[in-house]
Amino acid sequence: MTPHDDRMLLDTPFGSRVQAACELREWEPWKGYASPIAYEDMELEYFAVRNATGVFDLTPMTKYRIGGPDAAAFLNRLMTRDVGKIRPGRVGYAVWCNDAGMVLDDGTLFHLSRGDYRLCAQERCLDWLLTSALGLDLTIVDETAEVAALAVQGPTSCAALRAMGLEGLEALRPFGLRHYPFDGGELMVSRTGFTGDLGYEVWVAPAHAEALWDALFAAGRNHLIRPMGNAALELARIEAGFIQAGVDFVPAEQVVRHGRARSPFELGLDWLVDFDKGHFTGRGALLRERAEGSRFRFLRLDVEGNKPASESFILNKRGETVGHATSAAWCPSAKRNVALASLEMPWGRPEDELYAEIYTSRELRWTRVEARCRIIDGPIWDPPRRRQTPAPNF
Amino acid sequence: MTDAAYDALVVGAGHNGLTCAAYLARSGRKVLVLEAGERPGGLAATREFADGFRVSAAAHLLNMLSPEVAKDLALERQGLAYAARNLKTVVLPGDGRQLAIDGDRLEGASASDQAAFTVFQRQMQRFAKVLNRFCMRPFPRLTERRGRDNWLLAKLAWDVRTLGKANMRELLRIGAINIHDVAEEKFDSPLLKAALGMDAVLGSHMGPRSPNTVYAYLHRHLNDGGQGPALVRGGMGALGDAFAAAAEAAGATIRYGARISSIDLTDCRTAGVTLADGSAIAAPVVASNADLKSTFRLVGPLNLDAGFVRRVHNFRARGVTAKLHLALDGLPEFPGLDPADAGSRLLAATTMDGIEGAFNHAKYGECSPLPVMEISIPSVHDASLAPPGKHVLSAVAQYAPYALKAGWQAGREPFMRSCLERLEAIAPGIGEQVTAAELLTPPDLEAEFGLRGGHWHHGEIALDQALFTRPIPGANHYATPVPGLYLCGASAHPGGGLLGLAGRNAAKTILAGEAAS
Ligand SMILES: Cc1cc2nc3c(=O)[nH]c(=O)nc-3n(C[C@H](O)[C@H](O)[C@H](O)COP(=O)(O)OP(=O)(O)OC[C@H]3O[C@@H](n4cnc5c(N)ncnc54)[C@H](O)[C@@H]3O)c2cc1C
Repeated sequence: MTPHDDRMLLDTPFGSRVQAACELREWEPWKGYASPIAYEDMELEYFAVRNATGVFDLTPMTKYRIGGPDAAAFLNRLMTRDVGKIRPGRVGYAVWCNDAGMVLDDGTLFHLSRGDYRLCAQERCLDWLLTSALGLDLTIVDETAEVAALAVQGPTSCAALRAMGLEGLEALRPFGLRHYPFDGGELMVSRTGFTGDLGYEVWVAPAHAEALWDALFAAGRNHLIRPMGNAALELARIEAGFIQAGVDFVPAEQVVRHGRARSPFELGLDWLVDFDKGHFTGRGALLRERAEGSRFRFLRLDVEGNKPASESFILNKRGETVGHATSAAWCPSAKRNVALASLEMPWGRPEDELYAEIYTSRELRWTRVEARCRIIDGPIWDPPRRRQTPAPNF
Repeated sequence: MTDAAYDALVVGAGHNGLTCAAYLARSGRKVLVLEAGERPGGLAATREFADGFRVSAAAHLLNMLSPEVAKDLALERQGLAYAARNLKTVVLPGDGRQLAIDGDRLEGASASDQAAFTVFQRQMQRFAKVLNRFCMRPFPRLTERRGRDNWLLAKLAWDVRTLGKANMRELLRIGAINIHDVAEEKFDSPLLKAALGMDAVLGSHMGPRSPNTVYAYLHRHLNDGGQGPALVRGGMGALGDAFAAAAEAAGATIRYGARISSIDLTDCRTAGVTLADGSAIAAPVVASNADLKSTFRLVGPLNLDAGFVRRVHNFRARGVTAKLHLALDGLPEFPGLDPADAGSRLLAATTMDGIEGAFNHAKYGECSPLPVMEISIPSVHDASLAPPGKHVLSAVAQYAPYALKAGWQAGREPFMRSCLERLEAIAPGIGEQVTAAELLTPPDLEAEFGLRGGHWHHGEIALDQALFTRPIPGANHYATPVPGLYLCGASAHPGGGLLGLAGRNAAKTILAGEAAS
């Protein structure tokens, strides 16, 4: 069951610790939970995640446990990628679409053990999962409230977790899973995250949540560990170039106006669409799109200057609007002014000259600049430690 | 097309599947019809339910058959013969009164009702004619509107326009409302109104006050030209035989005892079918005469988009109609009814409210304690159906919901008793004459004829499941989301009843090589 309270936002199982640490008392609702925007200082938290360790309470993420004889086939039909390639003990990033090939959400799929999965997503989507389960033999349980989770991210994250007693964690490969006994219960650790860096997510039953927090922060003190809020995570994920449901695309189930949803191709997620794996929901529509062309192109842009192109129109050489930025930030570690942008076809070809129309105000004086944008081809923030196994010990 | 032995396979030898096969074969396609049962016709069947007593097992009166299909398939040359035509409809409330409808002539009604009925009949016939044109051609695709769709749309608009302003306004006024309000507005006689109400709800999970019942009424009268129904000589199975003979004469092959267990895809396209015995037959085109839910069960949810499967799942197809068969050792007596009329179409109903009251129970998963019935004693016209001097009674009885709350194990006897009580009321002493009885509930029909839900039309005829949205968006032009797979049965436009149009239109769509929208 998804927990709720008719009046108050909920605390996660880490609530007592989060509240004690959250000096700013700036909360944001996140799927029914109170989630800190920042604890002490958003910038300190961002620099902690890039240079030491940031800890983020991701319990409000929607979590579904999916199992049963048809679970693997169900997931493969739900998702656009070949789920069969995610072996037991591994995690995969995936998107899923409606019949029209429009993205409903993205998330990570944990193959816990053969035929037993956990799907972690931004949106609640039980209705769609149940729809997708019609005629199939499997069980779907919303375990959002039954699993507490912390993201432990940054260069010293492995060292901090090892100091907490998670021996051998350095051998865990990216997108791998491991289990450790903890506090009379069990921790599951996955080498996953939303920061584009070395990092882990630690999953635990709510009864052990406070113990986990205490042990982690005690062990991590020498590794400069710090709790981080939504604002720092948001900056880190833009720097990593990750898209966010509800920000960079509107989940297709929530779209009211015709034509506002996006396909995986229109979000630059072509690599997640596998036409050779057999049928999946949206396949016909996506095949048609591939043949007839997409309506939009999703780009990562390097914007001249240091003013974030938040909510900016993207203009072509003639000053015509050809798209807009969906997320934007000056990224301190990458030292780039990044914008994620959705452009109308055919704009965004290598030869197109693009500009972001940026408005900024300084003490009631507004200025408007048209900042030249260059398309970023490779990753924006991609330190080698992100992929190294054994994980480096900082 | 390919090197497969057949150009097209048809799942099911119901009259629509056979019609589809006949049209395809006539155009030179190599067609194989695979039927689970041992005989053709599907719900057009004759069965011996007691020694020497034969009866139409499901459909028992023929009133909708498309004249064009009958002509194209030369059904009469293929053996279709009638035991009686233009049967009168007689309403028997069970209190000695009666009202008869004979074409547009009423017996037992006031002069003012007669005058109003003449006008009503003429108007309904005009509407049915327009509707019929909607049923003879593919529907325009409103969302895509290619050149041909604009042309079809223009034709549709023109058809409606030709009704004239007053008629067009009337059609738009009553097209989506209920038969109760329309009948109340036009007529006095409760029995006449009950007869119209019955026509509007037979086979449907609807009462006379349900929206769309005027549409259902029109659907029923699509092809009858204002005349009463006919009885097929030898029972409705003979109609199935005629359709089979027509399909074979056109060059199609029919195989019986061939239950299809899956419709197979290769690279997400139709590739053929696998039979229950494990053998596979390849063909690039499969036309399914099975109902919507059965058809896509054969495809399997994993081969379909989830939203599409949800639509299939939500298609309303739970039958409320049971079939009662009685072997009688004599002709029953209906007080007030001329014995010469005992072979008419008899309606056991009193008022529209009575029908609505019977329907109320179905809403809550219960059987009607006072069922309404459409009764025929075909042996009056066709001696081949019963031993000499004996008779067979066939009744469509409502409401008998598919998903009976108490379960049919417990519910069968009580419902049978309710039906017999109702019959006793209109034909006192009939109970004594019964030597054998059989009740086919919707689950029985499902089991016997393979239609999920046991629904008369393979799925409700209501405006959200009719015309260009029949049966569901995504499969509403005979083609389906699976390339090469088509619907050709009553689930498809224009719906159920013995018309042959779904089969004919599907064949035309297949021949035109159209894909789903
Ligand atoms: C109780 C009742 C009374 C009715 N009374 C009348 C009436 O008086 N007048 C009237 O006009 N209409 C009547 N109808 C409606 C009419 O009978 C149907 O709408 C019509 O017969 C449907 O024809 P069809 O060819 O589309 O499908 P069906 O006749 O249902 O044929 C489908 C065929 O497909 C076969 N099939 C299904 N699955 C498989 C499989 N997996 N493999 C192989 N074969 C398969 C079935 O065995 C069946 O033969 C009545 C219906 C019912 C239920």
